[in-house]
Amino acid sequence: MSDLKISVCHLYPDLMNLYGDRGNIIAFTRRCQWHGIETKIQSVTLNQVVDFAEFDFIFMGGGQDREQQAICYDFQQVKGTSLAEAVEAGVALLGICGAYQLLGRYYKTGEGEELPGLQILDVWTEAGDRRMIGNIVEESDLFPGRAKTLVGFENHSGRTFLGPKVRPLGRVLVGYGNNGEDGTEGAAYRHAIGTYLHGSALPKNPWLTDLLIAWSLERRYGAVTLSELDDEIEERAHQAAQRRAQETWGKIKAGVK
Amino acid sequence: MDLQGLVAIWVGKVTILASRLLGKGGSTFPGRVARRIDPDLLRKLAHLPKQGNVMVSGTNGKTTTARMISSILEAAGLKVVHNRAGANLLVGITAAFLAKASWWGSLEADLGLVEVDEATVPAAARELAPRLAVVTNFFRDQLDRYGELEHTFSFIREGLELLPAEGNAILNADDPLVASLVEFSPAQVTFYGLEDASLASQEEETRDVRFCRHCGERLDYGQTYYAHLGWYRCPGCGFRRPDLDYAVRQTIRGSRGSRLEILTPRGELEAEISVPGVYNIYNALAAVATTMSLGISREVVAKGLQAFVTSFGRMEHLLIRNREVFLALVKNPTGFNAVIKTLLEGEERKNVLIAINDKYADGTDISWLWDVDFERLATAEERVNFILTSGIRAEDMAVRLKYAGFPVEKLAMQNDLGSALEEGLTRAGEGGTLYILPTYTALLEIREVINKLGYGRRFWQE
Ligand SMILES: [Zn+2]
Repeated sequence: MSDLKISVCHLYPDLMNLYGDRGNIIAFTRRCQWHGIETKIQSVTLNQVVDFAEFDFIFMGGGQDREQQAICYDFQQVKGTSLAEAVEAGVALLGICGAYQLLGRYYKTGEGEELPGLQILDVWTEAGDRRMIGNIVEESDLFPGRAKTLVGFENHSGRTFLGPKVRPLGRVLVGYGNNGEDGTEGAAYRHAIGTYLHGSALPKNPWLTDLLIAWSLERRYGAVTLSELDDEIEERAHQAAQRRAQETWGKIKAGVK
Repeated sequence: MDLQGLVAIWVGKVTILASRLLGKGGSTFPGRVARRIDPDLLRKLAHLPKQGNVMVSGTNGKTTTARMISSILEAAGLKVVHNRAGANLLVGITAAFLAKASWWGSLEADLGLVEVDEATVPAAARELAPRLAVVTNFFRDQLDRYGELEHTFSFIREGLELLPAEGNAILNADDPLVASLVEFSPAQVTFYGLEDASLASQEEETRDVRFCRHCGERLDYGQTYYAHLGWYRCPGCGFRRPDLDYAVRQTIRGSRGSRLEILTPRGELEAEISVPGVYNIYNALAAVATTMSLGISREVVAKGLQAFVTSFGRMEHLLIRNREVFLALVKNPTGFNAVIKTLLEGEERKNVLIAINDKYADGTDISWLWDVDFERLATAEERVNFILTSGIRAEDMAVRLKYAGFPVEKLAMQNDLGSALEEGLTRAGEGGTLYILPTYTALLEIREVINKLGYGRRFWQE
């Protein structure tokens, strides 16, 4: 396997950089390097016009409300159409938390106002009055062969609901998930994933990183089998995070701080 | 003091004695017990200091700022009630007052000097009724506890709104969010900041982009001194860095401290501080503005600052079994990066133990580790013998280092802190140096282990 290249777009790295989400970019590029794949990262921020179909992987982290408003406008006026086309064309995309919400149909504020989203994912979000914070474990069917667990840390008050055109990224085993009610977490459509997982999401879920890498290669190179990596440390961290989630949730339920 | 208050004091003080006898350094527990007996105890104790109370808050630098203020107050001959680093929730503050109170409910103190956790500011302001409040800065910090910077802002705003009209608010003008607090303060506002171009940051730091609170536009920066602290202006509405009451005009910096020339409303002040780093210049300036606003003379302020000594950075230094041990609390990316910088100074090869817990007091979300510049440590890898990761989240820390590019062969994980310390000391070897970088609750655990081994001071004696 040689001469494989992935062109990465880091969307709004200066604005959407909450909760260590840049760890996802670190994990993605490191694993590419270990798989022998060359990566090129381009940062794209407000008012920049780009053709998103020229990228293989697009990443966007979470942000704060104030910053999300600036992005909301830029997304719609400057970038929306091109980004939607790229996703339809099969470009891989990962959006975390606030980015996940922006990719949906709309965000309904506490006052009942509907702020339109990008309509790339068939999901919508409603403001909630309870903050859903804590470790989370879910089981995902996205992987060829068998279901795999994903771990992370969620921190959101928006409640997201899924429409028929997306499937959930996972079923919640421990934690709140999309809305704290229906047991789903995240959403997937074509090669695009939206999720509430911080942690960062990718480092402790190496199979998710590899899935995104495989998707990123697919348009240019077809189905590529990635080399086996030694993931002992990652897997131990994954196991530890699962244990920790169970422990902390036990405590939350028992009402102990 | 009424009877309920007295009973609370007695029980609290007995608890302090008992926990000392048992060798437990739990510093906030007596406060918790006493508050259970009299929820109004802090309110009652807090109006005893003759000159009232001073509240220090903000996300970074509270502890150093408060300790600098304390050093100056001491130089002025004032008796101060001061809560310890970290004990900055209501129970910890209550415990500090309790420790200084007499058995019959009096308090021999001129001033209360209280470092307050951001989320506790509204409650603390109600119970302490401070005459002066200092706000240092708003870094993104411990996010999972407060949700967002906006929440932190509103906590502190609520506290400032409770200041008396004849009181003082001391605000860092170089932090746009702190400066935006001016309109919420009924008390007189005093701004401090830097005006020394030689301090401007040369590094292209990943500055946290800041938006104008008034109109939402992205702020333009003329220069930055440290992270997002600097000279800024809003292209939308004209909001800009306010004019300064206290300004550092000139600095001579050395590796162990700086000599500062500060312009104050009462003339020039020259002061020396024995700690390095631009953030400590901010801490010192906040302390100068605070103490001069309390009426202390320039001469005494300079003397008090000079008397302020701390071990390098905020590292504690211990000798254990012929190994030099440095302990430095890590709690957020900014602080951790500073520790890494300090750690890499000097030519000798480093032995490192990093202990990450995710309990409530540490912040339950450890995502922030991905914002720390461990790549810097990985780049200097040939000067590091090993890194041992420990604590509840030892594995996460190891993953972070692996992805920073640190060689896996030099990494080891050991969740149990006692065993990790043992292994670290053994591997550092006779005459070697071990750097221990724990989060808050991991630091408490490690100190307990060290105390049990019979080394170091018991930590309530700080
Ligand atoms: Zn403005």
